[in-house]
Amino acid sequence: MTQLTEVTVDELKHLISDRALSGETMLLNMGPQHPSTHGVLRLLLELDGEEIISCIPDIGFLHTGIEKNMEAKTYEKAAVMTDRLDYLNTIGNTMVYSMAVEKLVGLDVPPRAQAIRVILAELQRIASHLVWLATSALDLAAMSVFLYCFRERELILDILELCSGQRMMTTFNRPGGLWRDVPAEFEDAVRNVLKTFPKRFDQYEALLTENPLFIDRTKGIGVISAEEALAIGMTGSSLRGSGVPYDIRKVRPYMGYEQYDFEVPVRTEGDVYARYVVRVQEMRQSLRIIEQALDKLPSGPVRSNNRKFVPPPRSELGHSMEAVIHHFKLWTEGFPAPEESVYVSVESPRGELGVFLEGDGSAKPYRVYWRTPSFDNLQALPRLAQGHLVADVVAIIGSVDIVLGDVDR
Amino acid sequence: MAFFVDPIGFIIFWLRGLLSGWGLAPGVVEFIMDALGVIAIGSFGLGFTIFLIWVERKISARIQGRIGPNRVGPYGLLQTFADIIKIFTKEHITPRGVDVAVYNLAPVLSVMAVLLLWAVIPLASTVVGTEINVGVLYIVAVGSLGTLAILIAGWSSNNKFALLGAFRTVAQMISYEVPMVLSLLTVTLLARSMSVTQVVAAQDVWFILVSPLAFLIFLVSSQAEMGRAPFDLMEAESELVAGYQTEYSGLKFGMFFVGEFLHSFTVGALVTTLFLGGWRGPGAEQYPILGIFWFFLKSFVIYFITLWLRFSLPRLRIDHILDYNWKYLVPLGLMLVVLTAVLDKWLFMVNPAINPWLRALAQLAMNAGLFLFANFLVETRNRRKPLRQPVGAPRPVARPPEKASITEKAA
Repeated sequence: MTQLTEVTVDELKHLISDRALSGETMLLNMGPQHPSTHGVLRLLLELDGEEIISCIPDIGFLHTGIEKNMEAKTYEKAAVMTDRLDYLNTIGNTMVYSMAVEKLVGLDVPPRAQAIRVILAELQRIASHLVWLATSALDLAAMSVFLYCFRERELILDILELCSGQRMMTTFNRPGGLWRDVPAEFEDAVRNVLKTFPKRFDQYEALLTENPLFIDRTKGIGVISAEEALAIGMTGSSLRGSGVPYDIRKVRPYMGYEQYDFEVPVRTEGDVYARYVVRVQEMRQSLRIIEQALDKLPSGPVRSNNRKFVPPPRSELGHSMEAVIHHFKLWTEGFPAPEESVYVSVESPRGELGVFLEGDGSAKPYRVYWRTPSFDNLQALPRLAQGHLVADVVAIIGSVDIVLGDVDR
Repeated sequence: MAFFVDPIGFIIFWLRGLLSGWGLAPGVVEFIMDALGVIAIGSFGLGFTIFLIWVERKISARIQGRIGPNRVGPYGLLQTFADIIKIFTKEHITPRGVDVAVYNLAPVLSVMAVLLLWAVIPLASTVVGTEINVGVLYIVAVGSLGTLAILIAGWSSNNKFALLGAFRTVAQMISYEVPMVLSLLTVTLLARSMSVTQVVAAQDVWFILVSPLAFLIFLVSSQAEMGRAPFDLMEAESELVAGYQTEYSGLKFGMFFVGEFLHSFTVGALVTTLFLGGWRGPGAEQYPILGIFWFFLKSFVIYFITLWLRFSLPRLRIDHILDYNWKYLVPLGLMLVVLTAVLDKWLFMVNPAINPWLRALAQLAMNAGLFLFANFLVETRNRRKPLRQPVGAPRPVARPPEKASITEKAA
């Protein structure tokens, strides 16, 4: 047991410069209740006029204890909690957790379930990027873009509701496959998205990409080099904006991503504008993936047929004793997992989202650890903000695209 | 019949006759008429704002793909009344440590600065609050009262965000007054008078056709002056919470809003008066009521353009704003004033009774030439400007911190 030591004021003083203590510079508390910290992030800014001398992020205001709490749930039931981590990427969270459990106990996922997971994950990626585009544009006061993006996001949330009955907290992915098959209207709804979205993306780009005011606000702001970004542990679009083509969908393909033809957009500037361009292009690439997956969507079951790990369908309960026994055992006791540990990661809209699971032979995980991209990307914030103006801080926070539920878990 | 041709002039004539008929001394009659005029224009301005808020909300909603207020009253027309009642019943919170007198004065001043502008704007050939022979100067002087209101609001609030908002306001508004004055100077040169009525009378050819550059400079700098997007730095809600008005609540907060909404329309009215021929239009000479109609039509067109800009553009940064002002607008304005003066003088020397259209054509050609020249200079500068630092190098800090900060320590 390590002893928790109390932090003294003197130890905290070295975080800011001496000039702040003498009152020469101003300490400004930005957040946790601040409109553009994208949740409950607190930033302690040391300002010389409007220029930032140092920026100290303070997290923990949204601590949920989900990681610890999952140790008290059986594998199947803990899936519900994973949605609540990164609330803009619920499909991805449940998917990576399900993949970890599947790897731990050795379950196979039917091809149809894999394809639907890919479609939904890419839809979720677009929805998440739309929220990012909306909020980061709002931070730069492009109010109209904000409302346009949320209008489009509704279409995607409608599809999620169609599948799972929930708009955000879907828990649609379960260990071994999906909760249920998608309804008949699913294909038309997704085709509608594929048809309307490219035009809408063009509209956003017309408002922002070539806009000199937007370029003035974003180019050369919050620059980070590839080496620094890697040292800090940044992943995802923020890293690709600095010129590192690291995308887990290409590096370690999962769920059959290797069979889809898509590109990983990369920019080398490493500034806010580069991250913006990368994300907008990613949305277009996501549409390509969805189209391919939808065109060759295989038929068949959407859950693994291994009754030891996956509960039987409702229809069997009426006439099969076996099914009733399995159902009872799985929902009361759960299934035991071997004494092994696994790490699985996927490409979430924010970067590498990984989950580490350690089984101890019982029906509950011994340890769950989430490697969440927002947490690692947030570490770059002091480096990115230094020397810029207060107005740039909001642009930088927006460009790093953090979700506080993902940071504090 | 006279009433329908010129209702306001008729009422003024009738009232003056009535008061004189009562046997009041001429001085008393003038005093009463002036007082009534102030009350009329002041209440018209404030009442008109109620309508403007609705217009702005509807237009912004249409631009953003929404519907806008549509619940209270037909087409949501009464929504503003509901909002006003709400704001009236809110508590006035005075935070600890504020400078009470100044803190309470600021909202009043912000509305006053805008209302005072309406005094010199001629709404029709017979309707003008007061005829000042230095009306253009008055517009500049009163316009900067608004700056003072925002500055003292931010200063007296005892709040860091409000103070930052006030810092920015001082930098921005005072800077943008320079190109604004320069463009007004061009107008004065063209009209050969500082009286606003004379400026309107001189516009046989609208000044927007004579000197489009002055029009553009005035439009941009007055946008900055009233502090609306893309120049809304003093209340940048994503950075400074609400800027200078962070600590205001209830009606005091409402006063700032009234001032802002009215100001954006007042800018439309000013642009109309100075560049679009004011109340002039077909039939406006004979029927002053038509003059009022033309005036408001033109003002609404300009107002719509400012709203359009507001809801399409992202916000500028403070250093970019000042850069743009001092490096582009001010030199351009200076060149424009000098060239306009020289050209005008020469034209009148050659032919004292020059056709106004001919004069406009000459000035327009000069404006076009100046614009192309300025554009050439900017393009050359942009080409020569070194490319931005490649990845990794930190931006130079104006005054480097003496002690290493947290990030450098970590590295």
